[in-house]
Amino acid sequence: MTAVDFLLWVRGPGLTIASIIFVLGMTLKFFEIFMLGRKKNLAELRGSGVKEGFKTIVTRSGHVDTYSTRHTKFTHIAGWVFHIGMFIAIFLLAPHIEIFKTFLGFGWPALPTPIVDLATVISMITLLAILFHRITNPVLKYLSVGQDYVVWALTFLPLLTGYMAYHHLFFRYEWVLGVHILSVCLLLVFFPFTKLTHAFTLFISRWYNGMMAGEKGVQQ
Amino acid sequence: MSEATLERGLKALKEQIDTPIALFFSSCTHCGMCATACLFYTETENPAYTPINKVEPMRRLWEQEYTLIGRIKKAIGMSKPITDEELEEWQEYCYNACSLCGRCTMVCPVGNDITYMIRKMREGMAAAGHAPEGLIGASKRAVKIGSPMGVKLPALQAQARHAEKDLGMEIPFDVEGAEYMMLMSSMEIMNYPEYMEAVAKIFRQAGKTWTISSEAFEATNSGIQIGSSDIARELVSRVVTAAEKLKVKTVISPECGHAYTAIRWEGPNLIGRKFPFHVKHILEVLDEFRAEGLLKTEGFEEARMTFHDPCQLVRRGGVVEQPRNLLNMVSKDFVEMKDHGIMNWCCGAGGGVSANEDAAELKMQAFKRKKSQLDELNVDTLVTACANCRIQIEEGLEENEMDIPVVGLTEMLAEHLVEDNKTEG
Repeated sequence: MTAVDFLLWVRGPGLTIASIIFVLGMTLKFFEIFMLGRKKNLAELRGSGVKEGFKTIVTRSGHVDTYSTRHTKFTHIAGWVFHIGMFIAIFLLAPHIEIFKTFLGFGWPALPTPIVDLATVISMITLLAILFHRITNPVLKYLSVGQDYVVWALTFLPLLTGYMAYHHLFFRYEWVLGVHILSVCLLLVFFPFTKLTHAFTLFISRWYNGMMAGEKGVQQ
Repeated sequence: MSEATLERGLKALKEQIDTPIALFFSSCTHCGMCATACLFYTETENPAYTPINKVEPMRRLWEQEYTLIGRIKKAIGMSKPITDEELEEWQEYCYNACSLCGRCTMVCPVGNDITYMIRKMREGMAAAGHAPEGLIGASKRAVKIGSPMGVKLPALQAQARHAEKDLGMEIPFDVEGAEYMMLMSSMEIMNYPEYMEAVAKIFRQAGKTWTISSEAFEATNSGIQIGSSDIARELVSRVVTAAEKLKVKTVISPECGHAYTAIRWEGPNLIGRKFPFHVKHILEVLDEFRAEGLLKTEGFEEARMTFHDPCQLVRRGGVVEQPRNLLNMVSKDFVEMKDHGIMNWCCGAGGGVSANEDAAELKMQAFKRKKSQLDELNVDTLVTACANCRIQIEEGLEENEMDIPVVGLTEMLAEHLVEDNKTEG
């Protein structure tokens, strides 16, 4: 298989298969979650909680606890920085928008490439710091299981290979670009079956958290 | 309880898993932020006490039973089964080192209600026979005698007679059609008899009818602490039956945190129907009296004071402003702790910790958090509204040689009542 064959396969059938697995997997995931159901709350409620639920989706992005704010600064800031950097790299790079356009039928304005490049570098550095934190912090070390490291790698690889492809580093461009797309395929395939699902479920979790508190009249 | 086995435990735990639980497990990224919200972690730095770790066996059960990948892994022998030994280890994490205080629920960045998860985890633990002895004993006494501390009706009647002598008024028992039915906690009956007198005085002034049921006066509920819905349901049913028999409009939960959660929030869900009466915490009732101008006080406390929010009242119950409104009636030097209201730190002994001898040492370690909060304030008096918090704080202050009196808010208000405004009670 030549570099060009490989590239053509991953960007064609490879990416399609991965996208299908991603969509079906996420559908299954939501089915698994919502088929369980939840009992109706029969207590006399102070409010429907719906508004509090939506409010919590936003407010939970910050901290209400002064102690936790002081002691989780790194996790908090690094989390924000890496997520924003990754968002920029995925959604605001011109070639990526072109791909979304072929899938979705519409596009959106891109950021200048040097800015996306900077965001990618910042995101990678932050991810390395996050990994270091995970293996050195006693709580994170205790909590971490194999999947946490696999998911870290699945997130890091597309950034790294994307950066290498853009700067034409080390290997032939077609190979690097092919590996970049392959790493995205892997991310998509593993996504529905790992903690990566938090990217979707966290909003609903926050909603339930705020809603259940709101029913009791607890404002977050 | 029927015989506890691992099989029963897993079955009970499986039944607890619902949509929020599946969402919460799907959202956790092992970021570890919940640790810093938990006083059992902050005061010991034991990573096993990280709140989300307390439900790890439930996470695996969820994965193995309710996800495709988990089922495949289980079928080909790639998943680790949950064992008795593991649950025995987890007994320490989810009972000794958790007061169900709810702080972790407020800080989790993905929004997991970890307290909701641990409460459910305990259902499996109790059914599997891995609940602490102290809680098993308390639950048995609650079901058999009617009180986790073994307090019987004659003890309450003796206290009522004493109050009648002091106040020159009758303590109403079993009065049909009274507006309010008052519940008590065993702790109040045994340790804080002034509570009953305070309530009697306030209701006399407010001119409201109230009663105590001789059939169901105990408000505490060991069932929700140990994690047995069957026991919790039985205890709630007794109160509901009595309230319906006496046709009261409102049942008053006493100065106790979990009793409020049990009857106010879990109660109707346990018995599977809405209550035909309201349930209010005593502070909610007193604040209503205040708003209606029925609570008249005179004079102010000299001491500089602060208020310890019982977790089940604020974070888990929504009673936040009422104690502050009431305190400001009788105090001009009321200061808040740095983290207060919905983010207040637990006393260290809620959620069944106080009834669990295995946690005796740990709860005093956990108290250090409250100690640091108090050290920052330099107050003369601490006011609270939960007999269980009160006992723990008194013990903690004693152990740390801190001379701060702890008082219940209801009794402090009663001491300031305008006496010349007597109404027939």
